[in-house]
Amino acid sequence: MPRHLSEAALVALLAGLLTVPILGIQIQVEGINVSLEGEPWPVVLAMVAVFVARLLQIPLKAISSLVHITHRLSLPTHLPKAYFLGLLALAIIAAAIWPFTASRGSVDIATLALIYVMLGLGLNVVVGFAGLLDLGYVAFYAVGAYGYALLSMHFGLSFWECLPLCVIMAAMTGCLLGFPVLRLRGDYLAIVTLGFGEIIRLLLNNLDELTGGPDGIGNIPKPTLFGLEFARRPSIEGGTTFHQFFGLDYSGADTVIFLYLVALVMTLFILYVINRLIRMPVGRAWEALREDEIACRSLGLNPTTIKLSAFGFGASTAGFAGAFFAARQGFINPESFTFIESAIVLAIVVLGGMGSQIGVILAAIALTALPEMARQFAEYRMLIFGLVLVLMMIWRPQGLLPATRPRLELPVRKEGPS
Amino acid sequence: MSKRAFRTISTPAVVNRPLLQVWELSMRFGGLLAVDKVTFEVRPRQIFAVLGPNGAGKTTVFNCIGGFYRPTSGSVLLDGHSIQSLPSHRIARLGLVRTFQNVRLFKNMTVVENLLISQHTQLETGFLQGLFKTPKYRRAETKALERAAFWLEKVNLLSVANREAGNLAYGQQRRLEIARCMITQPKLLMLDEPAAGLNPQETRDLDRLINELRAEHDVAVLLIEHDMSLVMGISDQILVMEYGRPIATGVPEQIRTDPRVIKAYLGEE
Repeated sequence: MPRHLSEAALVALLAGLLTVPILGIQIQVEGINVSLEGEPWPVVLAMVAVFVARLLQIPLKAISSLVHITHRLSLPTHLPKAYFLGLLALAIIAAAIWPFTASRGSVDIATLALIYVMLGLGLNVVVGFAGLLDLGYVAFYAVGAYGYALLSMHFGLSFWECLPLCVIMAAMTGCLLGFPVLRLRGDYLAIVTLGFGEIIRLLLNNLDELTGGPDGIGNIPKPTLFGLEFARRPSIEGGTTFHQFFGLDYSGADTVIFLYLVALVMTLFILYVINRLIRMPVGRAWEALREDEIACRSLGLNPTTIKLSAFGFGASTAGFAGAFFAARQGFINPESFTFIESAIVLAIVVLGGMGSQIGVILAAIALTALPEMARQFAEYRMLIFGLVLVLMMIWRPQGLLPATRPRLELPVRKEGPS
Repeated sequence: MSKRAFRTISTPAVVNRPLLQVWELSMRFGGLLAVDKVTFEVRPRQIFAVLGPNGAGKTTVFNCIGGFYRPTSGSVLLDGHSIQSLPSHRIARLGLVRTFQNVRLFKNMTVVENLLISQHTQLETGFLQGLFKTPKYRRAETKALERAAFWLEKVNLLSVANREAGNLAYGQQRRLEIARCMITQPKLLMLDEPAAGLNPQETRDLDRLINELRAEHDVAVLLIEHDMSLVMGISDQILVMEYGRPIATGVPEQIRTDPRVIKAYLGEE
């Protein structure tokens, strides 16, 4: 026990040293003078917290082993297909009805969460299935967003016309980047993609004439419902708006609900495509490549094209989400596409469980909705975020809901030709 | 891409043309000359063995032929075409596939999935067909599964088709690896120590399997092996290597009595 005590004291001391610059010094502003003042209490608190946590490590370990046991007792992974489809249909219906009963604010947050679900699902293909660590994922998101903003500004194309174009543009950007760098492995790929993400952001920031630089692009039109706008008055002469067409009173909430439903449909579309892909030969090839590249080559699989397909698909998903993001915000600037966005999406994938789609969806919702709901703790958001990541890596490195691969099984053979 | 038509039954004229020609192949790793001017030929439907003590450079020869290493000098011709500068996956598509000394299966995938992946290059379905599960796509998948089932039966693994490949017994893993190669319809199958870790019964089964592959599927086999009994029993031609150099070539009877081979294997008195 004394050994634990001294160890805990040492750790607390270290924590104290580390937290002094962050918590121990407060900036005081008096008029135009800025001064630094020592503030001992937060540091002491931090040290006490670390001390106690260190002492509690042993009981915590016991809890962690309990967590492992519950993991083993987790849900049955192979639900009967009909049962699963029923559940899925119920979930979709619930998600579609929910916005009509919820507040405008929460629907708005849910829309944001859905954007992250799309991003998470797309990155999950790249990182989870194909095993390529992409730290510049946000670049493709930016390509989609700026693609839509610029196309609609210069050519007057509508959201639905731009959507496929943005997907193609993002996929092409992905392939363009992927082609030279996918020969790299692991860490090197991560570094190159990280750099690429920054390059795109800096380009957006500095190509003033094209992208508006740091001022961004505003007045991006929202999606329409078969040409019906969601606005008080039609933006073009002789146009009809949604509420006029249906003879309703104008309500701002309609727009929010509509955007949410669009995001939901887009998410379901991505979910469908991914679920087909991972059961298709190309999806199998992604996994095979992640498991053993040399064996793949020895069987005639071209590693570059297979990686490129995963990378390009991930990028196109980000472009898809990006176009929607631009439409929802109505205004974009490079600030929305910083490295932290890539990091959050990657955290979603890792927290959810690499390769696990339900896990990724839950993690995306948790990471976007929870901070919004707990606004009063906004200052501690990154602290909690970091803590959660650390704890997860210690206790559940495989993620919230570890992936269970959809397996292709050989049907039990019947006699005679089937 | 490379949709090889089913090969016609070899006429004698074809049989006489070598399938694989390796000429003065050398591979240098820094100061070490791992392979020194190795020359040999494999004819269609021939079983050719490369024999030699550990570290003789046999696997390096394999890696050079298969495109995993770029040989320092020499040339490798498959069907009369030079392949030594091609990437390994292109070589595999030309009909030259291999197994590995320490089995390389996709361990987290099921046995049958392993066989589906190796059919990747024979795919006849497109992206959109798969996305919408068109009848053509379903037919192609069924066909692929049937082909997998055929090979599983051949190597006696049908009963474990839906198990994870990593959980199979070692002998089963070796057989699966051979099936995974054969399903690509190769012209030349390269086996890197296929009998390593097998018990005598399994080795006998392997012997029979290799003969069957040649007889029924028209494949030439190039194998590396330590197991003398297996090699002597099934090989048509044997090349013996020591310290990267070829020391003898010939039919099994010649090799068995060759003094240099006996010296390399048993040492001098």
